[in-house]
Amino acid sequence: MSTETAEKTAFKKPAEAMLSKRRKKLISDPLVDDNPVTIQVLGICSALAVTTQMKPTLVMALSVVFVIVMSNLTISLMRNTIPSRVRIIVQLAVVATLVTLVNEVLKAFAYDMYKELSVFVGLIITNCIVMGRLEAFAMGNKPYDSILDGFGSALGYSWIILAVAFFRELWGSGTVFGIPVFDTISSLFGEDFNLATNGLMVSPVGAFIILGLIIWVQRTKTGYVEH
Amino acid sequence: MELFSLGIRSIFIDNMVFAYFLGMCSFLAVSKKVNTALGLGAAVVFVLTITVPMNWLLNEFVLKEGALSFLGESFASIDLTFLRFIMFIAIIAAMVQLVEMIVEKFAPALYGALGIFLPLIAVNCAILGGSLFMAQRDYTLAEAAVYGFGSGIGWLLAIVALAAIRERLKYSNVPNGLKGLGITMLITGLMGIAFMSFMGIDL
Repeated sequence: MSTETAEKTAFKKPAEAMLSKRRKKLISDPLVDDNPVTIQVLGICSALAVTTQMKPTLVMALSVVFVIVMSNLTISLMRNTIPSRVRIIVQLAVVATLVTLVNEVLKAFAYDMYKELSVFVGLIITNCIVMGRLEAFAMGNKPYDSILDGFGSALGYSWIILAVAFFRELWGSGTVFGIPVFDTISSLFGEDFNLATNGLMVSPVGAFIILGLIIWVQRTKTGYVEH
Repeated sequence: MELFSLGIRSIFIDNMVFAYFLGMCSFLAVSKKVNTALGLGAAVVFVLTITVPMNWLLNEFVLKEGALSFLGESFASIDLTFLRFIMFIAIIAAMVQLVEMIVEKFAPALYGALGIFLPLIAVNCAILGGSLFMAQRDYTLAEAAVYGFGSGIGWLLAIVALAAIRERLKYSNVPNGLKGLGITMLITGLMGIAFMSFMGIDL
């Protein structure tokens, strides 16, 4: 009996640490060096549409984290049973189910947010980051790694959209998370001093330009050049 | 006349790209050459024109609250709206597959031109977005068809215009960090300003 267990342990590969170097890379890579939005050019639609205010953006970011992590996990668990011919439909079905879940939860507990985000929650289904991660990672990797990978990509996406929203809300409405910043600054300097907001930032045009500038700064820092 | 103004509005004022940012992924990825942009744009117009009315029928006769009442009294109170996403995307994926097969069989030349773009379209947010907006705004069937076609044309115009600009851009000296995606975003922003001028038109 004792020899048998000894044999088993001898043949078993040493287990990989819960957060080994490779796994840490899965999370940290998409944050800067391989960011899904600024480097891989995925998931731009929702990155721009909801970012006029910080609050809906945060809700959107959390929803996307949930959907990517859970769908990566589900697909990774099912990866050996999915016939490759119908994999896109299977992936879409899994993602659509999760998104429906998010949508119903928002409708029940945060109705204002649900109204504000309107169709853009539904459009998480066609967010290329989700499908991209499923195709590129979850179809060929173990569940735990897939969770980490999904989490990393979702965080990379989240910080970019939060950054875009920060500048759009600050310059467009003069607030951050609904807290008036411009008014407070203006009142500090007396009546003559007035910080004006820029309406262009609230309009779609502002989103394109802010994201373009963020990409510029980020790529200059990482030294990534597209040819 | 109502329909005509809806068409114009969906092409220029409520443009898929410049007003709602829909279909941005393929908009940015496939806009390097005018020819390919034209091919993808045509495929989008095609699929949008088919799927929006299809999803209208689905929404009207299956998903809406009380839509199942034609089956009998006891079905009148059923509300299947929560199934909207999954049903719409299923219809879209199925239609794309169907369109692909039909085009391959009956118009091989067109298939050669659209070929690789058709499968991509199933995950283009402009397509799903079109259907979701249609459901949200309570269009009639005719309006849904016009809206689908119009927003497809709007998307086609936007991607072809961007592709034309990017072809010329090859000869200009862009800062390293701004090459590719960065400058494309800025250009799209400027094009958005141009499209904003349509907002004043009262239809």
